[in-house]
Amino acid sequence: MDTGQTKPASKAPAAATPASVGRRKFINSVAAAAGGGCLLALGAGLYSRSAAALPAQAIRPPGALPEPDFLAACVRCGLCVRDCPYDTLKLSDLGDPVPTGTPYFHARSVPCEMCEDIPCVKACPTGALDRELTDINQARMGLAALVDHESCLNFLGLRCDVCYRVCPVIDKAITLETQHNPRSDRHAMLLPTVHSDACTGCGKCEKSCVLPVAAIKVFPRVLAQGALPAHYRKGWEEKARHGGSLIGEQVEMPVRGFDGPTAGRQATETVVAPAATGAEAPVAPVAPAASTAPQPRDAGGLNSKWKP
Amino acid sequence: MATTTLPSKPAPAVCTPARSLWQRQRWLILRRSSQLLILLAFLTGPWFGLWIAKGNLSSSLTLDVLPLTDPLLVLQTLVTGHLPYSSALIGAAIVLGFYLLVGGRVFCSWVCPVNVVTDAAAWTRRRLGIKTGRVPDAATRYWLLGGLLVAAAVTGHLVWEWVNPVSLLHRGLIFGMGGGLFVIAGIFIYDVLVASRGWCGHLCPMGAFYGLLGKTALLRVAAPNRKACDDCMDCFAVCPEPQVIRPALKQVGQIHPLILAPDCTTCGRCIDVCDKQVFKMTHRFDQRSE
Repeated sequence: MDTGQTKPASKAPAAATPASVGRRKFINSVAAAAGGGCLLALGAGLYSRSAAALPAQAIRPPGALPEPDFLAACVRCGLCVRDCPYDTLKLSDLGDPVPTGTPYFHARSVPCEMCEDIPCVKACPTGALDRELTDINQARMGLAALVDHESCLNFLGLRCDVCYRVCPVIDKAITLETQHNPRSDRHAMLLPTVHSDACTGCGKCEKSCVLPVAAIKVFPRVLAQGALPAHYRKGWEEKARHGGSLIGEQVEMPVRGFDGPTAGRQATETVVAPAATGAEAPVAPVAPAASTAPQPRDAGGLNSKWKP
Repeated sequence: MATTTLPSKPAPAVCTPARSLWQRQRWLILRRSSQLLILLAFLTGPWFGLWIAKGNLSSSLTLDVLPLTDPLLVLQTLVTGHLPYSSALIGAAIVLGFYLLVGGRVFCSWVCPVNVVTDAAAWTRRRLGIKTGRVPDAATRYWLLGGLLVAAAVTGHLVWEWVNPVSLLHRGLIFGMGGGLFVIAGIFIYDVLVASRGWCGHLCPMGAFYGLLGKTALLRVAAPNRKACDDCMDCFAVCPEPQVIRPALKQVGQIHPLILAPDCTTCGRCIDVCDKQVFKMTHRFDQRSE
């Protein structure tokens, strides 16, 4: 028990201890305490750094700040959890892959129901959930991605459409894009397609996917979304915006690779016909598909106007 | 939890009338009630749908009007560079004001759930007669307090909240417990086998923080009847911060009988265990001694 002696010694200024013994003891105790304290804090810091990566399936509540800011602002009080009327949100515990005590949800278990009054955001006392978010449709909790084309029933040519039907932002966040079904060669495939400008990441699509393991999943946006370099300009957009090409008419190059009926491949491999908008249409790429070229989203998607 | 009946003390002394169980355990019972009621205020909501307090000790909303926030957490948040909303700041100000006024480490002994664990550990250690171990310097907690603030500033995260046993336990009791149990078990084992009162008395940076708030605390324990002390050492054995008793009881460096050291958690256990009724709960301006 050295508490009785070291505590006053560490408080007293060195001048108060006449002998060097006292000073040595003071320095020793301070060094030990400082070392111990710093080691503990360092350990906690290292642990937090190693565990700070959010796992792929943990989605933050609506309005959550970007992850580094969120970990600075969230005091782990659980008030958002308490005010969530659907018990969507959970608090992680030590050892969970999510930073200790912070709120998250698993879309496949309980997705976000996108309450219009956003009670979780209102409950947050620190601003970890940003009150700037007043329209739940502007929430960007994550981003859905149809990750498994091999299992998705619509990709198999069936009409499941469940993810599309349940989407609260139907026809904006998920559309069905019509494409030729090369397997049957006479049917269409209606492919669920997620649009990042409208997807809130609520996870209802993942929750309702009829497969034993969801083919469409919601991920934090940093995982699900790529980004074009900032200087990229899309020629066709610039052209439309300025009413004509900015760099003059381009030399028409001959189209190669589509000369023969199959061009060295199986006919079924060619899923999408090349755009038939040019002056000379390519010579019968995959004959029946030529008319089903991709069209603008609102025109080509199955817009049923149906709302849940 | 703790007990006064050491084997060496068979019967009450002749001059002191035997004290009832209530007299011997009063402050302990009051303290445990306080800790339990505070916990229950958070649990009636999820259990019975009767919402008194929402959240946990880190930040809470009582009866939908009263925000309370841990000031140390808000301090860490500010250090990372994030300015919380006013509800968190107001909540922290209320808590800060309360503990500045009433007594900083009153939090430790009357609110904190880890206190129950470490009191149980101290009781176990006394019961098993364990005297060995290695106690860290009591100033370690202040270094840890500084360290966690520096860590928050450097990493930009609330680093301490990843492992903070106080919030781990309280949050776990309310929202469900998982891996946090290992930390709590670790603290119990550490306090029993390695260091007497090791966590609360030497390491916990929250205790250190509230201790700093306790320098102006009104609610204090005093030893007005110190003449009656028969040096039985019961109070020293049971006190979580034994060094705070000596100045008041033995007039070391002070005349008045007040325990003014900020380390004192105002738990009142010394009042309970003293058969001579030397101690009493009072305010910091009560300098009377008999």
